[in-house]
Amino acid sequence: MAAVQETVDRVKSIDVAEYKYGFFSDIESDKAPKGLNEEIVRFISAKKNEPSWLTEWRLDAYRRWLTMQEPKWARVDYPRIDYQDLYYYSAPKTAPGPKSLEDVDPELLKVYAKLGIPLQEQEILAGVERRVAVDAVFDSVSVVTTFKEELGKAGVIFCPISEAVHSHPELVRKYLGSVVPTTDNYFATLNSAVFSDGSFVYVPPGVRCPMELSTYFRINEQNTGQFERTLIIADKGSYVSYLEGCTAPKRDENQLHAAVVELIAHDDAEIKYSTVQNWYPGDSEGKGGIFNFVTKRGDCHGANSKISWTQVETGSAITWKYPSCILRGDNSRGEFYSIAISNGRQQVDSGTKMIHLGKNTTSRVISKGIAAGKSQNTYRGQISAHRKATGARNFTNCDSLLIGNSCGAHTVPYIESRNPSTQFEHEATTSKISEDQMFYCLQRGLSAEEATALIVNGFVRDVLQQLPMEFAVEAQKLIAISLEGSVG
Amino acid sequence: MRRAYNLRHVVSTSPPWSRYDRLGRLLLENRLMLEIRRLNVSIGGRKILDDCSLTVEDGEVAAIMGPNGAGKSTLAYVIAGRKDYRVESGEVILNGVDLLALEPDERAARGLFLAFQYPIEIPGVATMTFLKATLNAQRKQRGEAELSTPDFMRRVKGAAERLGIKPDMLKRALNVGFSGGEKKRMDILQMALLEPTFCILDETDSGLDIDALRVVADGVNTLRAPHRGFLVITHYQRLLDYIVPDRVHVMAEGRIVKSGGKELALELEKSGYRNYLTDPDQAVA
Repeated sequence: MAAVQETVDRVKSIDVAEYKYGFFSDIESDKAPKGLNEEIVRFISAKKNEPSWLTEWRLDAYRRWLTMQEPKWARVDYPRIDYQDLYYYSAPKTAPGPKSLEDVDPELLKVYAKLGIPLQEQEILAGVERRVAVDAVFDSVSVVTTFKEELGKAGVIFCPISEAVHSHPELVRKYLGSVVPTTDNYFATLNSAVFSDGSFVYVPPGVRCPMELSTYFRINEQNTGQFERTLIIADKGSYVSYLEGCTAPKRDENQLHAAVVELIAHDDAEIKYSTVQNWYPGDSEGKGGIFNFVTKRGDCHGANSKISWTQVETGSAITWKYPSCILRGDNSRGEFYSIAISNGRQQVDSGTKMIHLGKNTTSRVISKGIAAGKSQNTYRGQISAHRKATGARNFTNCDSLLIGNSCGAHTVPYIESRNPSTQFEHEATTSKISEDQMFYCLQRGLSAEEATALIVNGFVRDVLQQLPMEFAVEAQKLIAISLEGSVG
Repeated sequence: MRRAYNLRHVVSTSPPWSRYDRLGRLLLENRLMLEIRRLNVSIGGRKILDDCSLTVEDGEVAAIMGPNGAGKSTLAYVIAGRKDYRVESGEVILNGVDLLALEPDERAARGLFLAFQYPIEIPGVATMTFLKATLNAQRKQRGEAELSTPDFMRRVKGAAERLGIKPDMLKRALNVGFSGGEKKRMDILQMALLEPTFCILDETDSGLDIDALRVVADGVNTLRAPHRGFLVITHYQRLLDYIVPDRVHVMAEGRIVKSGGKELALELEKSGYRNYLTDPDQAVA
């Protein structure tokens, strides 16, 4: 027990791992006045030069939001958010809209270089690594999207959603809000009213997207909420793999992030959506950090369609996030692979929903929660089968690993079936890194931190394997960094 | 540096000087490898090691035999640095370095290896990954460059072949679902790769059938070298038929009560440990 005590003491005395991305860049910005009202909603819409249907759509959402209550059922505890004390729109002044790379403010490029995100197409081309097209979203706007031309040749549309509103209005109008309606929940409704930018992807029938697509979100401005909106449509028989990454500067105040992601997969289409979330988690006393209230949902609309969510959650002070699948098409499949790591005073309430509507739909949920420090880590998942979902099957596996004895892991599964032929399986374990494992590793020459990282990486291996290769390596490093200071 | 330390040690050694005759000679000839001096260790207030002293020469294979509860495994764990034990007094010196002042991983980097009685399972971590991580961690601690992957692979392959470890076993999670014999072989493989200067084998023979025992013993024997010492802990003479020791120590009630040549092991096999216990009836095992 001695070693455990030492770990606990150490955690108490140590600050949460140095947050590598905590720098702030002094970039002049164009902001809307603080606070939220119809004028602000109109202001954002006007800034984007939006058609009137979209302005009305936003206003509808705003009016509904006013009547809604912030949800309180999650196992997270945070001070009341003053929605009137936030900026809802902030854009780097020099970049009024996304254009070619040469026009981007060099200061901005420096920020992304510092984050290790490749925006230079040539550089990537020269390298041996697989190419990745990137859409970079800075505060409220997308600053650049790479490889647009090449993707265009394949017929793939990958652009900021603010641009898609103009270039492909029929697609945006048809699909926006079709999976997460403006009435869905408090945070999604707020997002619908004030969303500023995000990525839009459309993959035409039969096309296999020739490269990974990714968006990097960066919150830079103080007191600014980030409300991005991502819409991905995979038409019949197409395939796309998409990755999002997130970072923010280290600040004493909390910042709000309320995003909405909607995925639509038509017949025989497949969408693979991966997230490496590394928002600033706050310090060891719980000061600062991002409040992450995100609604992500995929609609397996067509027969034999497939949507797979993979997430590596290491940042944020509060995480409230349940990437879900509506399995509407017959034989459609939903997958959710998650690694959620919490340290310091982070609070995570995350999981998934698999809604089986079609016949012979299948879903698989693998969740690995790791709690260290004084954090609380909750898995919350819902598996349900509609009365017509004959032959639906689900397999869920939730494992929790505790490091130290001041943290908590919780599993809250909701399982409902209205069809007698369904087969739902749920497995869950909670464990600690044993003293034996630790000593064995130390005896072979690994330091306590190396040993923890190795054991944890072993624990999350099933999920890491689901990530695109380059990001699996990144995620592995991130896991080690997130757990720094969690062992003695 | 090492010599100077050792000499200071000799000079400061308290009388009776005669007790340290052998020690003094070894020190002066710089042949002393491991020295345990009057080690007192307890766990949860219960005394396990009671003024335990032991020396192992450079390149020597020493065996410790003794009944259950004599403190053999405790001694191994304390040398390796397991935290559960309270070291009340005493010293453990390996090649002139005070081990008790070091963390377990620092001890490992200085060449100490402990083969476990029950090697531990690490789910999800491929054996190959583990081997590479440990080898490079030790090299890093010693200020050496990391091994290149081809170099590393060559070493692992060679060592695995000699121990009859199949390549696909190296891809599996470390020790997960391995048989007792496979686990022991995997520990010996690690020993071979890490090239320690001092190896402790804690009841390596337990749970092994005769064939597995032979493979493991062969593995150990090929590692015997002039600058590598061994401390072989066992209940039974059987293991010592395969790993023939230079010296045999009998441990009882937390200390070494008798030392001798390899013939001592045979004698013990006949007479048992009763003669070494203050209350023989208490220790039936």
